[in-house]
Amino acid sequence: MSRPAHKRPEYHKINKDLFVLTYGALVAQLCKDYEKDEDVNKYLDKMGYSIGTRLVEDFLARSCVRRCHSYSEIIDIIAQVAFKMYLGTTPSVTCHNSSRNEFSLILHKNPLAEFIEELPAGRSALCYCNLLCGIIRGALEMVHLAADVTFLQDRLKGDNVTEIGITFLKKVDDKKYRRKK
Amino acid sequence: MADEALFLLLHNEMVSGVYKSAEQGEVENGRCITKLENMGFRVGQGLIERFTKDTARFKDELDIMKFICKDFWTTVFKKQIDNLRTNHQGIYVLQDNKFRLLIQLSAGKQYLEHASKYLAFTCGLIRGGLSNLGIKSIVTAEVSSMPACKFQVMIQKL
Repeated sequence: MSRPAHKRPEYHKINKDLFVLTYGALVAQLCKDYEKDEDVNKYLDKMGYSIGTRLVEDFLARSCVRRCHSYSEIIDIIAQVAFKMYLGTTPSVTCHNSSRNEFSLILHKNPLAEFIEELPAGRSALCYCNLLCGIIRGALEMVHLAADVTFLQDRLKGDNVTEIGITFLKKVDDKKYRRKK
Repeated sequence: MADEALFLLLHNEMVSGVYKSAEQGEVENGRCITKLENMGFRVGQGLIERFTKDTARFKDELDIMKFICKDFWTTVFKKQIDNLRTNHQGIYVLQDNKFRLLIQLSAGKQYLEHASKYLAFTCGLIRGGLSNLGIKSIVTAEVSSMPACKFQVMIQKL
């Protein structure tokens, strides 16, 4: 007698679990390899940057996103298309200043930290999801946008929400844009 | 489909990251393999928990191996294992003719010397999954021509 037929697993859910669990194993390994939280954070950011430079190609191939004409449009696409596509969640967006180059993505649900209750003892400075900062920075750089990306709030550190701050560092080059049009 | 791109990219970065920080030599190479395999082990344990929480008990060792070859592999690598062989004495050989983590590398012997780096995590994945199903094992992998790959599972008597 064969095993009773069971409900087919939700592929999408298992896929995300595979990524989230793999990421957790990576962070655990890095915490063994490095003594300082700062070094772990730096490594995650560097690794994320490398992933981001490649992921943006996948993203542009899958979505039909065209050239963006403003920083706020770019942030909307990151929040509503990219996060939805790869992490299954849609952060909300806020703008910080009048020159409109500082934004925040507010994650009400953080899929990367889905299985994490709190940071391990002695790791209070660890930015668990720092990979995300590197990914965003790397992806933006490949489309000629230099940006600073950091965690402003982190639920794992006791904040109410997880907030990623994105600051664009220089103006989009109008002349270059016009020429390529 | 989009979400699997993240795992593939993360896996590639983990492999290159582990090896980048290592020096040359047999011992160091073994340490890198172990590190990746241990990460895979932990992930395999977690995945199998989520995967099997609603399924009935497996009736024997072969039933577990079939589950790994069909359901587990399909979910993680999008296809079934192509061939499962056993000597009925605790050794199983799982052959995947188009292993997902090797497809993007090459289709032949180009880059063959680097292939084993990309298998260590999956060996751990299998061992971790089996571990949480009550089977202690040693899992090794070999490639003679990409992207075909064989995983040998040696089940240890408890």
